[in-house]
Amino acid sequence: MSDKRNITVTVNGNTYEREVDTRTTLVDFLRHDLELTGTHVGCEHGVCGACTVLVDGKSVRSCLMLAVQADEQSILTVEGLALGGQLNILQQCFQDHHSLQCGFCTSGMLMTLTEFLRDHPEPTEQEVQEVLTGNLCRCTGYLPIISATLDAARKMREGSI
Amino acid sequence: MKPVSFKYHDPRHLDEVVDLLSTLENAKLLAGGQTLMPMMNFRYLMPDHLIDLNKVEALDFLQVDGDYMSIGAMTRQRTLEFSSDMARHCPILLQALHFVGHRQTRNRGTMGGSLCHFDPAAELVNMTALLDGKLQIDSKKGAREVSIADFNQGFLTTQIAEGELLSRIRLTLPHALDGFAFVEFARRHGDFAIVACSSLMRLNAKGEIESVKIALSGLGAAPIRPHTIEANLLGHVPSNNIFIEAAHAANQIESVSDAYVSAVYRQHLARIMTYRALSQAAKCAQEKLNVR
Repeated sequence: MSDKRNITVTVNGNTYEREVDTRTTLVDFLRHDLELTGTHVGCEHGVCGACTVLVDGKSVRSCLMLAVQADEQSILTVEGLALGGQLNILQQCFQDHHSLQCGFCTSGMLMTLTEFLRDHPEPTEQEVQEVLTGNLCRCTGYLPIISATLDAARKMREGSI
Repeated sequence: MKPVSFKYHDPRHLDEVVDLLSTLENAKLLAGGQTLMPMMNFRYLMPDHLIDLNKVEALDFLQVDGDYMSIGAMTRQRTLEFSSDMARHCPILLQALHFVGHRQTRNRGTMGGSLCHFDPAAELVNMTALLDGKLQIDSKKGAREVSIADFNQGFLTTQIAEGELLSRIRLTLPHALDGFAFVEFARRHGDFAIVACSSLMRLNAKGEIESVKIALSGLGAAPIRPHTIEANLLGHVPSNNIFIEAAHAANQIESVSDAYVSAVYRQHLARIMTYRALSQAAKCAQEKLNVR
């Protein structure tokens, strides 16, 4: 028994129409159906944050949402951050501060921080620490991620890299 | 893992939900999905039918009505967090929300979902106990109202029976002069607490405690309102000594053990959290009294 639906989603500005099994999670839809493999699947139960994407501008765990629930919604994934092959300010700061080692958590971190910096352009270090509790990183010890975020916030306020 | 196949339903209206619930076998209601989806991914739950409530607009509201606040079961935690009504009328709930999961889970998680899952230490369950919540449960037979004190039927189990759903939560708002505090101890920020304590306290013109409410979570299957401790505080001027006495009484409340946390440790935390919640609520109440 497989229950199917047709859905239309906009991902990083491109509109896709697909038939999906209703049991397919959003992250599997992004990776398998749309072949956007930048979003990672970590724990599949909402703990690690690796699969974080923005749905209508809000960060969500895409392993805890069904693809069918994203019908007619707008999604931003890590593939939508760079402009014309150029890393955006936050991504560039991650590189400059060595904020990743294995890179598995990075796409989720970037998406969480994209929403956070949009809503909090002048964050304190403690606010950055708090928002990062929703994303696990086992390599960096978080310090380089926090410094990259604070640096990115400053550069975004100044409007340049 | 991945969920098993199920038939997906996405009704728009409450009566459609109630109809589906009364006719479908092995159906589950999907709210924010922050607990149900992991359980389906793990195949702890294998429903034949999934009824998605996310399109039922009638379940998404927050309104203040005199001394009460009504919250639709599908109102997202994020909506509560950013509501100006909440900030104005019920700041303690904002304080508690700060400890609920993470930003990404609050963006999806709902008030009703948290109550129906009924984790013993969930912050929103604690708040509903402190604010004497009344829960409206709908079914084909009509609506009934259950108080939070009667809602729990054991560990992770509520009164909601087959064919029923939680539709609305009505909270008694704190008084404008109520000092408030929500404190908890958890291993990591965003985890469910081991023990949490909330308190509302109001002082009269003489500075004596005129009204006080306490809710303790994490000691058993449901939050505890220690009415004897509350009553013993009335009429006293807030002081370290009376709070130590109250905390000592909280230390005596019977508590559960599990593989990670012993009953003795939970009781120890109940003492510390009660002391902190009362001290902070008293300080806050004194400030409010001075402003007036």
